[in-house]
Amino acid sequence: MLSANGWGLIYTYAFARPFVETVSCREPALKILVCMKQVPQKDAPLKLNESGTWIREDVSYEVNEPDAYALEEALRQKEKHGGEVVVITAGPARAQQVLREALAKGADRAIHLEDTAFVGLDACNTARAFAAAIPGESFDLIFTGLQSDDYGYAQTGVILAELLGWPHATIIMQIEKKESGIRVKRELEAGYFQFVDMPLPAVLTIQSGINKLRYATLNGIKQAKNKPLRKVAMAEVQSSLSGNLQKIERLYVPQKTKNTEFLEGSAAEIAKKLVDKLRNEVRVL
Amino acid sequence: MPDSMVVVVEQRDGKLNRVSWETLTAGQALAAATGWTLDAAVVGKDVANLAREVAAKKVRKSYAVESPSFEPYTPDAFAVGLKQFIDSRLPKLVLMPHTYQVRDFVPKLATAMGGTVISDCVGYKKEGDKLLFTRQMFQGKLAADVSFAGPPPWFVTFQNGAFRGDKVETGASAAPVETVKAEIAEGVVREQPQAVFKEAKQAVDLTQAEIIVSIGRGIKEQKNIELAKQLAEALGGEIAASRPICDSGWLPMDRQIGSSGQTVSPKLYLALGISGAIQHIVGMKGSRTIIAVNKDSEAPILEIADYAVVGNLFDVVPPLIEEVKKAKAGS
Repeated sequence: MLSANGWGLIYTYAFARPFVETVSCREPALKILVCMKQVPQKDAPLKLNESGTWIREDVSYEVNEPDAYALEEALRQKEKHGGEVVVITAGPARAQQVLREALAKGADRAIHLEDTAFVGLDACNTARAFAAAIPGESFDLIFTGLQSDDYGYAQTGVILAELLGWPHATIIMQIEKKESGIRVKRELEAGYFQFVDMPLPAVLTIQSGINKLRYATLNGIKQAKNKPLRKVAMAEVQSSLSGNLQKIERLYVPQKTKNTEFLEGSAAEIAKKLVDKLRNEVRVL
Repeated sequence: MPDSMVVVVEQRDGKLNRVSWETLTAGQALAAATGWTLDAAVVGKDVANLAREVAAKKVRKSYAVESPSFEPYTPDAFAVGLKQFIDSRLPKLVLMPHTYQVRDFVPKLATAMGGTVISDCVGYKKEGDKLLFTRQMFQGKLAADVSFAGPPPWFVTFQNGAFRGDKVETGASAAPVETVKAEIAEGVVREQPQAVFKEAKQAVDLTQAEIIVSIGRGIKEQKNIELAKQLAEALGGEIAASRPICDSGWLPMDRQIGSSGQTVSPKLYLALGISGAIQHIVGMKGSRTIIAVNKDSEAPILEIADYAVVGNLFDVVPPLIEEVKKAKAGS
């Protein structure tokens, strides 16, 4: 299956090994799956659908930011240890863009669970769908971003670990391969950190800022077109899913809790108004 | 027998986290609204003392769920131990604070019990017999009322600051305390955590600053930070930033405000080009006055601002620096 990808011809990384199967078990390469999600762009104005339970589809989308860091980390690990990086997403046809970008940056192949219905799955069903789409893959590591910018559950990765029976660690800022297993750096609250040793295979949720993101090269974008992208239909994973365990009854613009005063005018007028507030209301001048 | 709920409070090094009281306040409000009984549970190696501290609050019972394997924290031990406890007491609703530690184990616990977590909630509603939990979506641009669609136990985590910890009610008399031993079999715990540490001594303590000028993605380029620094200097305040700015290395990590950085409550928080992701807002929403400048009229930061300017910060800040200097020179 791996040799069919042809990525050995494409990659010239010093540490990349063309065929995973030939690597000895003393210094095993890493086979990494990266779960990615397409989310509305940060500044995109959102409109509610008619039933008020979700947003309308006609917005601009982008890759969920922490997932971009998860991909970058997977690529770096592969460059260090050899192996393979596979990216997976669930969503309608538009979500393929996320996979194309990942392939252009250096991922070896992609899996697209393609159906609009995947957008409405809760975290547990999303994790089940991913698990059902990767039988027989034997990954060493699965990365997800620590949370998505749309739902913000921060759950899919941890649930996937439980479904697979693997250990996990969340909000990861560093990954080091050890003799057996890995050592990861977990971010805790208020500036604290902790190293955790754990065996493989494992699921890690990756924090933004763990590394510096690369850009896709023109050459990478060209080569991405020839990399394998496997589509998985809803029907293929349906039997692993159940009804959602939680339901969005309604989605709405949050009520204001503060009486915000909007200051308007030219920049000079606004500056004067602000100083007036700073002096007379906030009393810091 | 009425339905029951349990608040699992969080402790570290033998001390209850402040957010534990907030979640207990939420539990008390939910108990009053539903008529369900409310218990509390502390999880740790040796936590009977802490369970007694919680027992002073208005709860039916306070549990100390204990195992040597709970110290140090691992998701494996917490998920297995709490599953045993919940299986034995069968609460309908399990409430926890949405801390980094809870985020780490509660999806695993819920999945192991065939349940689900409505995470990072900011409130609840009771409509008829239905409980709805309100959570922010799309980085706070929208809110959702979410219900449970499966069988209990139902797990809910509440966002830091969603309820007032100082409003937690004291009980008429101390609630009974019961110690429950969790059995964590050998081999269950696969993670080996090392000691918790701080990266470097924090050079700046932003929690003491009275005025903070904070920048976000809207600053666009590293060189533009100079403009915000000039404003901070004119105001006699500190410069700070949202996470992406520190991730990019444009400002050191110890200038970061938010859940992974510092939590501040200055007299004035001036947010420039910060959209107001939840993770940032939890670190500054306690500020006495918030002024936000953002070009996006839908930015969530405007929702919590006292004074808002919808516009380009590069237009507004230069004249503002001059006006502040004039005002200072004149006073």
